Amino acid sequence: MVLPKRVGLLVTCLVDLIRPSVGFAAVRLLEEAGCTVDVPSQTCCGQPAFNAGDRSTARRIAEQVIVAFEPFDYVVVPSGSCAGQVRLHYPELFQGDPAWQPRADAVAAKTFELTQFLVDVCGVDAVAARCDATVTYHDSCSSLRELGVRDQPRALLARVDGLTLAESVDTDVCCGFGGTFCVKYPEISDRMVGKKAAAVTASGAGMLLAADLGCLINIAGKLLRDGAPVEVRHVAEVLAGDLDTPPLGAPSPSTREKATP
Amino acid sequence: MSRAATSEKFAENARRALADTALQGALGFVETNFPARRRAVVEALPEFDALRDSARDIKAHTLAHLDLYLEAYEARVRASGGQVHFAPTAADANRIVLDICRAAGARTVTKGKSMVSEEIGVNEHLAAHGIVPVETDLGEYIIQIRDELPSHIIMPAVHLDRRQIADDFRRVHVGLPADRDLGTAAALLTEARTTLREKFLAADVGITGANFLIAETGSSVIVTNEGNGDLTATLPRVHIVLASIEKLVPTLDDMAQLLRVLARSATAQEMSVYTTIFTGPRRPDDPDGPEQYHVVIVDNGRSAMLAGEFRDMLRCIRCGACMNHCPVYHAVGGHAYGFVYPGPMGAVLTPSLLGVERAGSLPDASTFCGRCEAVCPVRIPLPRLMRFWRDRAFSRGLGSTVSRAGLAAWGVLAKRPWLYRAVTGAVMRLLARLGRSRGRFSTLPLAGGFTATRDLAAPQGATFQAQWRRRAAGDPAAAHRPAPAAKATALRTVPSGNPHGRASEPTVAEPVRAEPETRP
Repeated sequence: MVLPKRVGLLVTCLVDLIRPSVGFAAVRLLEEAGCTVDVPSQTCCGQPAFNAGDRSTARRIAEQVIVAFEPFDYVVVPSGSCAGQVRLHYPELFQGDPAWQPRADAVAAKTFELTQFLVDVCGVDAVAARCDATVTYHDSCSSLRELGVRDQPRALLARVDGLTLAESVDTDVCCGFGGTFCVKYPEISDRMVGKKAAAVTASGAGMLLAADLGCLINIAGKLLRDGAPVEVRHVAEVLAGDLDTPPLGAPSPSTREKATP
Repeated sequence: MSRAATSEKFAENARRALADTALQGALGFVETNFPARRRAVVEALPEFDALRDSARDIKAHTLAHLDLYLEAYEARVRASGGQVHFAPTAADANRIVLDICRAAGARTVTKGKSMVSEEIGVNEHLAAHGIVPVETDLGEYIIQIRDELPSHIIMPAVHLDRRQIADDFRRVHVGLPADRDLGTAAALLTEARTTLREKFLAADVGITGANFLIAETGSSVIVTNEGNGDLTATLPRVHIVLASIEKLVPTLDDMAQLLRVLARSATAQEMSVYTTIFTGPRRPDDPDGPEQYHVVIVDNGRSAMLAGEFRDMLRCIRCGACMNHCPVYHAVGGHAYGFVYPGPMGAVLTPSLLGVERAGSLPDASTFCGRCEAVCPVRIPLPRLMRFWRDRAFSRGLGSTVSRAGLAAWGVLAKRPWLYRAVTGAVMRLLARLGRSRGRFSTLPLAGGFTATRDLAAPQGATFQAQWRRRAAGDPAAAHRPAPAAKATALRTVPSGNPHGRASEPTVAEPVRAEPETRP
């Protein structure tokens, strides 16, 4: 008998804090793919410090992540951006450090974005979810260009009953989130997300999915402000069959009931 | 307009550019045309990515042995009757060019398109000493008569529309009938050509740039689409080639490899219209050509880049693909960058020329989307190099105090998991409660830039880690863990196992009990 893969879930700070339901959807998908999942104590992957030029803080945080995730067979991340940070940038961060570089390389080599892991490592070719909707899929820049993930989420979505994929134009163009970029250069970021929201709306889809909560919060924010009738969700939620959780930015059902006399 | 560098005002420049509707129309042209056209021409060449590898390797090899190739190049130029001048700084280069012009008794100088001449400001230097420089590339000519910096490295006037150019021509080309029709591109081109023809014939010195310098032959190479470079180089008595040190390649074969990626990346052409190889001055049996052939090789900070972490940037062949594909460039255009090199390549190069203190915003204003690196014909890791500038800016204490303080506070938390859990847990519960009725915020302290034009989704409530620990501790409300299924073949109808589902929604903002803290 094949031993189950022991997966450490790097849940990411945004999912941890803003949308825990994505974490539970990821756990469910991983368990159904035959993995055992645990969630070691964690904060963030350190990308904000790394991209701000604060290498010392980035290293300290990366050391925490490496120590926490070394015991697992795999590190799985419901975000291409954070997976890219561990997989590509940790080795860069510890380059030439005799103590840490081998450990960083080892953790990097077993780190995967969620849909990449399900398809490429677990060989998942069926999901038992239903979603009667036309959806469009946003490729995060990190998933697409750092990890080369494009087909995996689409392959999984193709197995969801009732789901139709309507591709948007310019799926390889950034949404303008960029971590602190959207706060430091809000007008440029807004112009970028305005174009992205227009592309999503033009696809005719009623639902936008992606594997990165940062992009989703940004695009949802624009769609909500514009009053566009597009639900925004993380792809893991749809694949795990969790459509009960309200989409990003929607009030919770109990409140909705209260609000409607 | 002005040609003064304004990179330190990037944010202000960007805001103005975003509000400029004529500029936005011009940028829309770049955004919709160039990526699509490049994709088509690249898809027609299956070995394009292999050629990119080869192009990268040729440039990397040359840079690793640049001293040898420079010496070899210099010897070949001298053997062909030309002269080589090494200019450590921009001021040196300007002085050398002026001296050559003065020795030739020059009154007017024609110029082919050259980015390094923009970088060192040779036009201003010549004009200040009574010599009239005339740009002959149409785009460069237009920005010269407008006294502007180029807004793109291969399409200097791409920020303008036809009507603006017609207005400039009417203002500058005095003596032509005022009611002439300048409504078409062809009419504008004809007028520019007619005007420039006299300049070509009158010029005493011609200055061109170089796309490549060939070490094995001592040749300089330019690629153009207008033919103006050839007239600039061959009609006057003196030809000056201005080129920076990284333009060297070992052989003509290497150049041929690079040409294959250059035109495709730049203008989605298989080849530029003119590729001209200049080797020395006119020989006795040549039908035409200059009496003197000078090459001014400009360093201007590049040796320092060669020795440090920005060496990869010296592979750049100035195709402009990075800016053609950059969503930030598409939003703000080239002038916002405040110097001659815009877009991702400018964000790396400009701080090395103006200093990171002045130009630190350029590498900062990127989402690191990586589209530039993905199309770069010589595979320069542009986001990584921009990050190197951020490292330097951070270590020198540059950047806004607010963002540094915010990052520092976040760093304190992120390095202390127990504190992080306590603080973020409390904040998320508060935000979830505040945002419960609408599910989102239309305004939020510290996120004003974001919420000015976007809503911010409210958090769901207790953090994932808090809920996970409750579940692991045996909380029956959170303890549903579906058994590992033997692959999903049956339709799933069981509850999702997500405590945020409808059933447990009322408890979202209130954890049942405090999560157990384990301090390190």
